[in-house]
Amino acid sequence: MPALSVRGLTKTYRNGVQALRGVDLDVAQGDFFALLGPNGAGKTTLIGIITSLVNKSAGTASVFGYDLDTQLERAKSCIGVVPQELNFNQFETPYTIVVNQAGFYGIPRAEARVRAEKYLRQLQLWEKRNGIARGLSGGMKRRLMIARALMHEPRLLVLDEPSAGVDIEVRRSMWEFLQDINARGTTIILTTHYLEEAESLCRNIAIIDKGRIVESDRMSNLLRGLRTETFVLNVRTPLAAAPRVVGYEITRVDDTTFEAAVSSEQGLNGLFAQLATAGVEVVSMRNKVNRLEEVFMQLVESRGQGG
Amino acid sequence: MAELSATPGAGAVASDALQSLNAARWTGFSTIVIREYGRIVRIWGQTLVPSAMTAILYFVIFGSLIGRRVGQMGGFDYMQYIAPGLIMMSVITNSYGNVVASFFGAKFGKHIEELLVSPLPNWIIVAGYAAGGLLRGLMVGAVVTLVSLIFARLPVQHLAMLLAAVLLTSLIFSLGGLINAIFAKNFDQVNWIPTFVLTPLTYFGGVFYSVAMLPPWARALSHANPILYMVNAFRHGFLGVSDVSVPGAFAIMATLAVALFLIALTLMNRGVGIRD
Repeated sequence: MPALSVRGLTKTYRNGVQALRGVDLDVAQGDFFALLGPNGAGKTTLIGIITSLVNKSAGTASVFGYDLDTQLERAKSCIGVVPQELNFNQFETPYTIVVNQAGFYGIPRAEARVRAEKYLRQLQLWEKRNGIARGLSGGMKRRLMIARALMHEPRLLVLDEPSAGVDIEVRRSMWEFLQDINARGTTIILTTHYLEEAESLCRNIAIIDKGRIVESDRMSNLLRGLRTETFVLNVRTPLAAAPRVVGYEITRVDDTTFEAAVSSEQGLNGLFAQLATAGVEVVSMRNKVNRLEEVFMQLVESRGQGG
Repeated sequence: MAELSATPGAGAVASDALQSLNAARWTGFSTIVIREYGRIVRIWGQTLVPSAMTAILYFVIFGSLIGRRVGQMGGFDYMQYIAPGLIMMSVITNSYGNVVASFFGAKFGKHIEELLVSPLPNWIIVAGYAAGGLLRGLMVGAVVTLVSLIFARLPVQHLAMLLAAVLLTSLIFSLGGLINAIFAKNFDQVNWIPTFVLTPLTYFGGVFYSVAMLPPWARALSHANPILYMVNAFRHGFLGVSDVSVPGAFAIMATLAVALFLIALTLMNRGVGIRD
């Protein structure tokens, strides 16, 4: 039984905008799943329907086998949600916010207090528990929403852009935390604009565009399908023009920086061999853009051209 | 027989599941009430004090200064006569105001989503907010009653009736506030009903006078005002006098409470104003 199963989901808003146009999606239990798409693709609408914040127009959705139409209470008990926008009472304390949230899921107050300490400590918010939530930093507010979503220990955790506006250090510690709870059995669905985040965390991925799932596969399969990657090369000795390398397209950025387009069939050995022969010493190299970003752009752009 | 022998085990499991479901719902309901109580106490300067202040002003100006010239009304001192109405006025205003502000604030701040994503059924959410309004109405009602006792002696003729009247009235206006908040799209729409509907109805609802004093047409018109029944049922509980049939007043209040609960629940189920 999948953690999430969606069939033929459509959503047309009252203003006529068709946000979802027949989405089919399965997320396996225990998965760390990425849902990617450009702005306005339908990610938040899809999550909104799964978490009951948006009424669907048609289709079905079930969570751990509980149908959202007929077993809503049971389905909701299985889901924890971390939304894109802050949605807690900024005038309450973090402690009150998480304890109350547990109560809304039927967890008795004594147990809620124990869990509040556990999750606020894990997310480094325990020291801030009695201050007004409005006074927390952006990263703390995000972590508070994660702690709140975990209070009823959901089997499925849905995170909509959890690291938006969060600095790198906090983002990394958030990733570690999410990997840890995923390893303990919680299924995670993540939407993010940081494709590096999706690539390093998620095992499976779906790309949504214009209300349709355009790709759904294992992350490794998707990356394997990458046709061309662009590498940025830094050379030791300044060069007035791009070195000529047979079979590769090299462009000059500045005297010591060049970009090389390398197809998956070519590989990098031929490039380095020719550069070495020409006396060009490469001191460092990196991908110009994240690999997943390449795939994502190729998929979205090809659909844009097609349609 | 095979089915019968299998039934007790299944029944026990079903009964356990139902008990645990009911316990979870009760926890959810009480959490909403505790949160509302926390809000009332946290901003006590906005929630508990203003009505006491207003009541003092009414007693001093209408009761003491003008009331002396009015003399008796319904067989009681004017101060005594208006006290139940003033208490009820504060209950009405605060019950309504609590829910409309709290629910609309939750919509505006998006923390209503904490409840919408939870497994709590909508009837529990409606009941929780109504109970929060009821709590504030009763707390403020108690404060204003204490203030009233400084100015007037208040005998209690029918305690049960008095309590039933205040509970039903508070419930009605809590639900009214919830419906207002569900529809409201901005703060203007939160204030519109209290200012242009609730306040006139309260002032014309027999708080300060007996409708027996009015010309026949105005008296007939007053009987279309539900607040008239609430104030008189409450006054009957204290003083034993009423301008309207007391059983009729309770029938109207009970009907209104049920109708408003059903309307609020239907709106929540449809997601009006809260779900896209």
